[in-house]
Amino acid sequence: MDLFAGFRDPAIARALLEKIRGETRGVRFMEVCGTHTVAIFQSGLHSLLPENIVHLTGPGCPVCVTHDAEVAAYLEAAAKDKVIIATFGDLMKVPGPGGASLKSAQADGARVKVVYSPSDALALARDNPDDTVVFIGVGFETTAPGMAATVKMARAEGLSNFKVLSFHKLVPPALEALLSDPGMEIEAFILPGHVSAVIGAGAYRPLAEKFKVPAVVAGFEPLDILQGLIILIEMLREGRHGVVNQYTRVVTEDGNAKARALVAEVFETSDALWRGIGTIPGSGLTFAKEYADFDALAALGIELKETPPIKGCMCGDVLKGKLAPNKCPLFKKACTPARPVGPCMVSSEGSCAAYFKYNLES
Amino acid sequence: MSDKVLLDYGSGGRASQRLVSELFLAAFDNEELSRLNDAAVLDLSGPVAVSTDSFTVDPIFFPGGDIGSLAVHGTVNDVAMLGATPRYLTCGFIIEEGLPMEDLRRIVASMAKAAREAGVLVVTGDTKVVPKGACDRIFINTTGIGEIIVQPTPSAERAAPGDAVLVSGNMGDHGLAILSKRQGLSFEAPVESDSAALNHLIVSLVQSLPQVHVLRDPTRGGLATTLNEIAASSGTGILVRESVLPITDAVRSGCSFLGLDPLYLANEGKFICILPQELAEKALRIMRADPLGRDACQIGVVTEENPKKVILETPIGGKRLLGMLEGEQLPRIC
Ligand code: SF4
Repeated sequence: MDLFAGFRDPAIARALLEKIRGETRGVRFMEVCGTHTVAIFQSGLHSLLPENIVHLTGPGCPVCVTHDAEVAAYLEAAAKDKVIIATFGDLMKVPGPGGASLKSAQADGARVKVVYSPSDALALARDNPDDTVVFIGVGFETTAPGMAATVKMARAEGLSNFKVLSFHKLVPPALEALLSDPGMEIEAFILPGHVSAVIGAGAYRPLAEKFKVPAVVAGFEPLDILQGLIILIEMLREGRHGVVNQYTRVVTEDGNAKARALVAEVFETSDALWRGIGTIPGSGLTFAKEYADFDALAALGIELKETPPIKGCMCGDVLKGKLAPNKCPLFKKACTPARPVGPCMVSSEGSCAAYFKYNLES
Repeated sequence: MSDKVLLDYGSGGRASQRLVSELFLAAFDNEELSRLNDAAVLDLSGPVAVSTDSFTVDPIFFPGGDIGSLAVHGTVNDVAMLGATPRYLTCGFIIEEGLPMEDLRRIVASMAKAAREAGVLVVTGDTKVVPKGACDRIFINTTGIGEIIVQPTPSAERAAPGDAVLVSGNMGDHGLAILSKRQGLSFEAPVESDSAALNHLIVSLVQSLPQVHVLRDPTRGGLATTLNEIAASSGTGILVRESVLPITDAVRSGCSFLGLDPLYLANEGKFICILPQELAEKALRIMRADPLGRDACQIGVVTEENPKKVILETPIGGKRLLGMLEGEQLPRIC
């Protein structure tokens, strides 16, 4: 029995869509999370929304926000002797400075293993005691707890050849940066479902208060998103702001305390580099002192160096919702999934990739 | 024979002869092959269809099949998709030194069984043994030859607006079976490859319905990529209704776990049939009468609009592109 079939019911979806079509008050909304971006396109919702509902894609694809400097760092690690890179598949084709990627590094002889979970990477370290296994820790609040648990496991086992490049990023500080941008044209937010399951819907309340913006934590099925949009339109019409939790079957007000405690034990917050946006204060996770020996940057003597931005790539504006991906001058011309200029074109959750893959008009 | 394949077995000398006579001749047993001439003499009439393919699948044994049966099914199906009866196969083995003899025996036996079931004879072959590391355990090339039974032959460019698009069964089983075995994953509901020879079903289909426009097996790149190829070469649009696509729950949930799209996963025992809409019901009846076409259904139509594009109509009535596969599918982060 498909647990989620009810949330995809076409008849209910059509009824909700009719309701939205009947609304005179529109909304310029941004979904923060890449999974939502893909869901909106995959379900065909993007093609069904009326003109007064403007859909902007946000900075919520962990691959897309990985900074060039971070890509350069993991490529530098991959080029080292006796290093095995363990990574999620999404990063394989992300172009770094000069167009190199893990795929091209692999062709040049680097040892790169695609894994499905941090614990697969741990197994790799166990099986290759003479090599250093470097896991590329890219992701948001959702992936960090698993990472922290794996690091603790490595500690318990005394595996000293397991290291992590912690490029984790945190969503609320990025939202704050977006909201502080004077050129921002977003009226309302659909907040990420998975991230919120960890940090809780309450985590966004201070931001919604400070910037007087309406936001909805929503699930990923078409009905979730449609319902979220209706809530946002009503809030805007009534001049209300705040956070409404539509995704109560998964997300609570306080989130998952255990997961957060794990992260707080292993990591501490730090400033982090976001592609196209720059440094966002308090938006990253680096290793806490007691776990500093897992830090791959220190262990391999690699420094994050500023890299010149990719010429012509408008990732920053796309991630900030200022530019529709298909309006980037390179879109579908110099930049395609086969020859990506920016990561937004190759990540499975990237907004340029979503426009390229799913959008009829682009 | 030793319990591992040695370089000697490819030498052309006595060791090779032993391998050929004790293993290949015994398994493929037929008059033409046993003459051991440099080439085979074939008895064919009329126009001929030929197809060749090399099989390098990893793992070599997977749920629902192995590289041997796959090498027969894959080529037999390619020949059949031309509206032809496959009659003969050639096969070339490239074997990595050290392959357990037991594995080779299993593979050859499975090839022989697959060929028998498909009604094709393996009439000539070749074996090379290469040093360790020069190939991955075993690669098999097969070439299939068959007699064409309908003219004009089914072909991608014949898809025409108004045609019905049918598939013979569930999509994605083979691809997911391979991937999950490769990753050492096991799902609650086991997923088996659909690898099978489709020629008998194809022959009965085109004999009753010679008007069939297109027959294709959606192997690598899956249904989505094959439909795009058909749209591109016919210059038509193809509209697919997502709500009727046959995909098992096991494949659906396995794919959602791995972040893969079943429409891009390879199939090895399924085909796409495109033909005038008024013949669709009859075609489906023929397909469903065969166990290999039990789950056949119409998934969409060929259109004049959106030339060279495949459009997916989602259950909520939205439309989106269903593009070509770009490179290999990689599992996602979160
Ligand atoms: S289309 Fe390519 S170059 Fe343009 S913003 Fe997207 S990823 Fe960057």
